[in-house]
Amino acid sequence: MTRTATAAIVGPGNIGTDLLHKLLRLRDGGGAVEPRWMVGVDPTSEGLRVAAAHGLETSHEGVDWLLEQDELPDLVFEATSAYVHREYAARYEEAGIRAVDLTPAAVGPAVIPPVNGEDHLDAPNVNMITCGGQATIPMVAAVSRVAPVSYAEIVASVASVSAGPGTRANIDEFTRTTARGVETIGGAERGKAIIILNPAEPPMIMRDTIFCAVPPDTDTDAVTASVHRMAQAVQEYVPGYRLLQEPQYDGPSDATLGQVRVSIFVEVEGAGDYLPPYSGNLDIMTAAAARVGEGIARSLVGSNR
Amino acid sequence: MTEIDTLQRTWSGTHGDEPWGHLDLRLTDTCLRDGSHHKRHQFTTQEVEDVVRALDESGIPVIEVTHGDGLGGSSFNYGFSRTPEQELISIAAKTARRAQIAFLMLPGVGTKDDIRAAQDNGGQICRIATHCTEADVSVQHFGLARELGLETVGFLMMSHTQPPEVLAQQARIMVDAGCQCVYVVDSAGALIMEQTADRVAALVAEIGHQADVGFHGHENLGLGVANTIIAARAGATQIDGSVRRFGAGAGNTPLEAFIGVCDKLGWTTGVDFLRIVDASEDVIRPAMPEECRLDRMTLMMGYAGVYSSFLKHAGNAADRYGVSGAQILLEAGRRGLIGGQEDQLIDIALQLRADEAVGPGARSVH
Repeated sequence: MTRTATAAIVGPGNIGTDLLHKLLRLRDGGGAVEPRWMVGVDPTSEGLRVAAAHGLETSHEGVDWLLEQDELPDLVFEATSAYVHREYAARYEEAGIRAVDLTPAAVGPAVIPPVNGEDHLDAPNVNMITCGGQATIPMVAAVSRVAPVSYAEIVASVASVSAGPGTRANIDEFTRTTARGVETIGGAERGKAIIILNPAEPPMIMRDTIFCAVPPDTDTDAVTASVHRMAQAVQEYVPGYRLLQEPQYDGPSDATLGQVRVSIFVEVEGAGDYLPPYSGNLDIMTAAAARVGEGIARSLVGSNR
Repeated sequence: MTEIDTLQRTWSGTHGDEPWGHLDLRLTDTCLRDGSHHKRHQFTTQEVEDVVRALDESGIPVIEVTHGDGLGGSSFNYGFSRTPEQELISIAAKTARRAQIAFLMLPGVGTKDDIRAAQDNGGQICRIATHCTEADVSVQHFGLARELGLETVGFLMMSHTQPPEVLAQQARIMVDAGCQCVYVVDSAGALIMEQTADRVAALVAEIGHQADVGFHGHENLGLGVANTIIAARAGATQIDGSVRRFGAGAGNTPLEAFIGVCDKLGWTTGVDFLRIVDASEDVIRPAMPEECRLDRMTLMMGYAGVYSSFLKHAGNAADRYGVSGAQILLEAGRRGLIGGQEDQLIDIALQLRADEAVGPGARSVH
């Protein structure tokens, strides 16, 4: 009986190549995803060269080539752009291929591993929201599982060099998609997202602040404990995810909407697989995608490991 | 033809060899936007109405009205607005008889929907601000603003951190995206005159045949008026300031003083000096919580090159955690924080408190 599900990575850029390293490491550790193909559109792609060196079948003829093969992957990781993914999502589904979408296309339901990672194992397509969402929504959920969150706001600061042209050209998409995730998955009644690109040299490690408004009678010790548990859950797949400070509580005032303001400060240092460690924003995307892919693969091969 | 018709034609007309009309400089008062920081975003509709009327009657051609951190700035991170900014923009647009109403937006904080709403409420000039190395995040917003028929202005914030040639390249990105005037923005009040002139001149050389160049100053080293004069001499034709300095940090270039200087230099601004001085005393000052001052905190901002709107937030964090506000600002400068990272000031305060708890005795063990 097959113990692994085969996978293709579409898009051999920085994200796709970093994801490749994570999938290979998981495979070597007995994981359920077997990366077999990587496709792109540029024959000189460094990512395709790296993938070939690791024994993957590669092509610069894109998804069309992939879908013409005799054997099709069980799973595809989309690391191209929202535009490309929207074009191909239906064809993956027709071919019976599950898609883990790292673009902001949002074709399928959004997934944050430690919050709703098990909810969409059967969905044909799942979306990884945004890097800021992956880094902050777990903390909103950590608060909202203890106390009702009427409003949550996240501030994501990333190094300029780790924000690609796609993010830059569509920064509204980032704030909108992240804010929606803060509400639908984080559990906040209303969500807001802010992103800052900081050009400091050497590049700063990704930092995120999560503010939540909770009722004045909230058990803050329980919130703090929940936040620590959530940090540990994220650290299982992103070892460089750290709470910088203990959660802070500011009592009700006009400046806090009459609620208690919870402030949570995190730093996300990448594993340095292919991307430099400061780009924790990209690392948490690839690590979360690998984690979600692993869950889907296990459900596909029927293993309970 | 009314006076405002001349103004609009002059400043929305074609550039190059076209005559500039009767104005040498076009002034924008920003006390209802930059001053929002000093006011902790607590403007009432009555205050906005009074200030706009006074500025308008003095002949100020452009009045900027928005949350201090731009559209969508009302938040935990930057402070919640007492009155929704869109309501303030609407009141301002209804009150102004001659002046045009401008609004600010920062990509990453506000969105295109906010721009549409601001236009619906009567905003006519869309000012889009980015950190001065990140102009490409504004491309989609300039595109939309032009599509909507808004006049556009670009803000290169924290201009002291980059050399003239980098700023010129960033200005080029904005102009190619549809921006009609790019400002050198001295957010930290850290530029010293020749540095201002070099930056403005570099922008004029790069975009001057296609767009205006502007200058936005702060007073943290007491150089607002001096920097603005030298910016105008270097070719800046759109100038920001706030009457009575009503702005972040030690405040903006005091517009009434600059107008007086322009009169002396023979530069036409279209503003009546005596009326703007009266407005400063009788209308602007009563709307201010206190004067904008050069003191330990604001001097530190100019000295360390720190974003002016960090002032109140650093003060809050210093009070909350019992540490030095000046030390928070110095550390913000050391970390290279930029506009928008107010959240990091709390982290700095907590770090300073932890360092103090360790104490000199404990440190000597190491």
